[in-house]
Amino acid sequence: MSPQPQAAVGAPLSRVDGRLKVTGKAKYAAEHNVDGAVHAVIVDATIGRGRITSIDTRAALAQPGVLRVISHRNAPKLPYRDNAMSNKSNNPPGRRLRVFQDDRVLFHGQPVAVVIATTLEAAQHGASLVKVHYDAAPPSTELTKAKADKPTKYARGDAEAGLRNAAVRMDLTYSMARNHHNAMEPHATIARWTGDKLTVWDKTQWVLGTQTEIAAAFGLPQDDVRVISPFVGGGFGSGLRGWPHVIIAALAARVTKRPVKLVLSRKQQYFGTGFRPAYEYRLRVGSDRHGRLAAMAHELDAETSSYETFTEGVLPPGQMLYSTPNVQQTYRTVPLDVNTPIWMRGPGFATASFVIESAMDELAHKLDLDPIELRRRNEPDEDQSSGRPFSTRRLRECYSVGAREFGWHRRNAKPRSRREGDWLIGMGMAAGVYDTARMPAQARVRLDADGTAVVETASSDMGPGTYTSQTQVAADALGLTMRTVDFRLGDSLFPPTPPHGGSMTMASVGSAVLDGCNQVRRQAIKLAVEDKESPLYGVDANDIVVRGGRLHLKNNPTRGEKYQQLLSRNNRTHLEAQGSFAPPSGTQRYSFYAYNATFAEVAVDATLGLVRVRRMLGVYDAGRIISPTLADSQAIGAMVGGIGTALLEHTVTDHRDGRIVNANLADYLVPVNADVPDLKAIYLDGEDREADPLGVKGLGEVVMIGVAPAIANAVFNATGRRIRQLPITAEALL
Amino acid sequence: MIAGGVTAGSALGDAQAAAEPAPTSRVALTVNGTRRTVTVDNRTSLLDLLREHFGLTGSKKGCNAGACGACTVLVDGQRVNSCLTLTVRLEGAEVTTIEGLADGDELHPLQQAFIEQDAFQCGYCTPGQIMSGVGCIKEGHTGSPEEIRESMSGNICRCGCYVKIVRAVEQTAGRK
Amino acid sequence: MHPFDYTRVSDTREALNAGRRGGRYIAGGTTLVDLMRETVERPGALVDISDLPLREVTVTERGGLHIGALVRMAEAAAHPKVRTLYPVISEALELSASAQLRNMATIGGNIMQRTRCTYFRDVTADCNKREPGAGCAALHGYNRTHAILGTSDHCVATHPSDVAVAFAALEATVHVLGPDGERTVPFADFLLLPGHTPHREHALRNGELITAVEIPALPRPLRSGYLKVRDRQSYEFALTSAAVALHVRGGVIREAKVAVGGVGTVPWKLPAVERHLVGERPSDALWEAAASRAADGARPLAHNRFKLELLQRTVERQLRIVGGTK
Repeated sequence: MSPQPQAAVGAPLSRVDGRLKVTGKAKYAAEHNVDGAVHAVIVDATIGRGRITSIDTRAALAQPGVLRVISHRNAPKLPYRDNAMSNKSNNPPGRRLRVFQDDRVLFHGQPVAVVIATTLEAAQHGASLVKVHYDAAPPSTELTKAKADKPTKYARGDAEAGLRNAAVRMDLTYSMARNHHNAMEPHATIARWTGDKLTVWDKTQWVLGTQTEIAAAFGLPQDDVRVISPFVGGGFGSGLRGWPHVIIAALAARVTKRPVKLVLSRKQQYFGTGFRPAYEYRLRVGSDRHGRLAAMAHELDAETSSYETFTEGVLPPGQMLYSTPNVQQTYRTVPLDVNTPIWMRGPGFATASFVIESAMDELAHKLDLDPIELRRRNEPDEDQSSGRPFSTRRLRECYSVGAREFGWHRRNAKPRSRREGDWLIGMGMAAGVYDTARMPAQARVRLDADGTAVVETASSDMGPGTYTSQTQVAADALGLTMRTVDFRLGDSLFPPTPPHGGSMTMASVGSAVLDGCNQVRRQAIKLAVEDKESPLYGVDANDIVVRGGRLHLKNNPTRGEKYQQLLSRNNRTHLEAQGSFAPPSGTQRYSFYAYNATFAEVAVDATLGLVRVRRMLGVYDAGRIISPTLADSQAIGAMVGGIGTALLEHTVTDHRDGRIVNANLADYLVPVNADVPDLKAIYLDGEDREADPLGVKGLGEVVMIGVAPAIANAVFNATGRRIRQLPITAEALL
Repeated sequence: MIAGGVTAGSALGDAQAAAEPAPTSRVALTVNGTRRTVTVDNRTSLLDLLREHFGLTGSKKGCNAGACGACTVLVDGQRVNSCLTLTVRLEGAEVTTIEGLADGDELHPLQQAFIEQDAFQCGYCTPGQIMSGVGCIKEGHTGSPEEIRESMSGNICRCGCYVKIVRAVEQTAGRK
Repeated sequence: MHPFDYTRVSDTREALNAGRRGGRYIAGGTTLVDLMRETVERPGALVDISDLPLREVTVTERGGLHIGALVRMAEAAAHPKVRTLYPVISEALELSASAQLRNMATIGGNIMQRTRCTYFRDVTADCNKREPGAGCAALHGYNRTHAILGTSDHCVATHPSDVAVAFAALEATVHVLGPDGERTVPFADFLLLPGHTPHREHALRNGELITAVEIPALPRPLRSGYLKVRDRQSYEFALTSAAVALHVRGGVIREAKVAVGGVGTVPWKLPAVERHLVGERPSDALWEAAASRAADGARPLAHNRFKLELLQRTVERQLRIVGGTK
């Protein structure tokens, strides 16, 4: 098979859905026009733990327009079949929250009732009139005060001995605040029953996960539930499982026999969907006098809920990022009276990297070594957690390109040595890593007789540009122009795909799209070479390529014909194929990760303690880049997210009653435009042939890792103050 | 402005009083050049009017509290948060939303610039960013990137497209 | 949001009549609508005063400024007279909220805006301001952004306005119109300390309407400016802020006007700092010595102790920015 010319892949194209988005025509979850839809508003528990003793709905029901108030008092019993974590669910181990099935309150904000009304105003007003009385118990919401679960442990070598014998030792404790995704689109669901079949328009990063969760909750066959989600207004992980409000919307629609639209308020995002858990993290590091790591001991406590045990990939960086003979890790989840966390951009890795990369900076300073040099000295030859070689690992190159492009040589290693007026200026860097995950995926490809193609997968596009990048893959594999490929996603009727998260969409879905398109192209070529009337009759199929919808001899473009001619002459309305991808089963031969080196320059007001990022650079080893423009946007966007984690973001709980006190965008601070002056991303040219057919390693997550520690390390360089707590705010620097 | 600052505990909290239909008003306003007369619940925000009654879902609800800018539209030529604007107050007003910005098939230069600069990802804040950018340019706050950044800080983009949003506004202001 | 009746009035007489009948005046509405949606505010009737002729900015006979209550924040900030005579007002306005909100909100409404205290804004939390006698959840709750000055055991909520800090510094007067006619209230008396009655926030009597804020003439040359310290660069309420105006003649400070924000239950005037400055020559040492009095009498809470130090540094910095040296 001749390789197809790559016209679209790797080209800096603009988004295929750009026009829809800039004209306001892209339809997000709550915006689908469903005839007769009524509005539902959830009533949230106002205690942190306890039982509901009574619910007075009279005032709400007396409101004109209010149709129904549903609570555990009158809700139908739902089967809630088991739907534990699998390739069809992301529900963590435990017993998930079952809406309106009993009188128990497990966390502040838990849904206790829902008001359905013909207008939004009436539903909102009605919800404010529902009076709920409780028998309240004091909630346990403090990570540092609650009892932990049995730990997950990892060990290699003898970390305690390694630490004892190390020439240089550090014992450091870090704390990282809880973060909320706060995508701009609130979570929203429209549910419509037709007989026993349910159609749901939902904000989700996984139509399949939402579909199976609804089916499990209601005891329906999976195929009786259809989930539609063509546009997702940001996710960052919050859409990776079907949350209670999705079930509530479907329940409300069933009870009222009307289509129901339910949009969470901004406040409700803070307890109605998950979050990046807070961590307390102790790290002990031992090295020799040259900075070669001897041992690392990690002890970390993380928030989870009382009813589900959420864990994430917080351990791998400590096992594989640096050459470390002795490692021990103790990872404890701490059940609290909170709702269940979920992955948030760079899950686990971002948290661990903040700790490890801050500590590496501290060690470099202690040893009077350049932080990059220290990292180079600890570059491993293989993945020490598995003994496997790295498929590709170009971290050294990230360092050198980054140092050169950022002007790292201008950094004065001595803290507090650069001042401009009231501002202390500092530079910092950090390494980043994220694993290259891949899961089975399928895609349906149809080439029509008019020379256009339709590609369908159940995948999502929460912003990275799945529509665009998959169109690029499909266009090149089919030999079509971008305009003649219609890529569709976000419908559970389309072929199954994994969750749109964990940076696996391009590797998994893209590989399935590639496979499906290759199959269709081969069918067409076969048809041509076997068709006596084709100019390509009798030619070796391997000598044919397709470009601009025209099949031709690779070495003689004049000999060939268009898809249209071929298909119509053969009376074929279309050609089609089901593409699929599955990562190799069994033991892997390689260790697959994407890497980065992230650099930051900050200014810290010497007396007022304010930190402002001046510029950042990320250099990425992410394998092949399908869509450079989009990849650039993703990287600089993650830097903005990382600035938030580093300097601003902190979900605050009032431990007296478990209330989140800053559940809004005026008090939970995320970066605004004025916080972000100059950001730059560089992707190393290349590909990872071992990872997947496209050679990609995933990039949406890795770009987030390393941002916060690079900033924290720059703050140290600017001020001489080592802050081991996120976010870094003025009070820590005064 | 507001006399007798505290009114909490008004009689309207009771079922009896609240059972009356919520007051409505008749309002005539112009939306994207089309004059429309509607009878609205006094509580209906301009944002909910656009999204729930007119099917103009381009204006987005991000926070419903004036803290994100996703709902930004022009009212009488000025950028405002439509979530904090009560429809009942808009008698005679001219409202421009993202749906009314393009001239037929021809995009407004700022819409085009957003595409060219890749100034969005998920697209949810984008209509608000663009309407705010139109206001920013009109107000003349485009003297420098710093000025644009400050002037555009009322529009949160969680995907983090700020650098490119500034470029798009700069590009469009430069053309004028 | 609770249902409400709505009337739009075209003159002040009509407004006062509606106000007397219990209607709530609405101008920009950026605070009121927000709080109505949270059901913190539940007016039975709104009186829309947008059409009242209170949108002029004029220079008074004595050379001060008269800013109509309905002048939008953006208009006031951009007004040439405001910019040249009192940059501290322009700066305070421009550092407030967002461009969109500044296009909506008015000067009168701005000084009437209600606290951002999270417990006040959450009707399920205890708040004496919202519900007298209920208790104050903030006192022993999360109170990083709360006040350290002017607090009581009943309320520690910060007044959120920026421009009110400038008005306090400049010793503005508030013009009000009520059923009994016009009167003026010194700014210092307009916003009330919480004391035992945190639900009483201002000096307006029932049905009264703010018509204007007047800034007195001050000796020239006058240098003034506003500094706002906050976690993020924009679109956030102040952690601390300082409004400073200095009249320096012959190398000596003849008049000093200083007030601070983000730290008080009301915009907080600093007479001790002002006294320290008057009669002295500008110097870094003077700024430092004067600013050291900025947090006098402060009562920090569990999460806002840092404001003591930050406040002094904010004042010192702004004295230097306005008064020069270093």
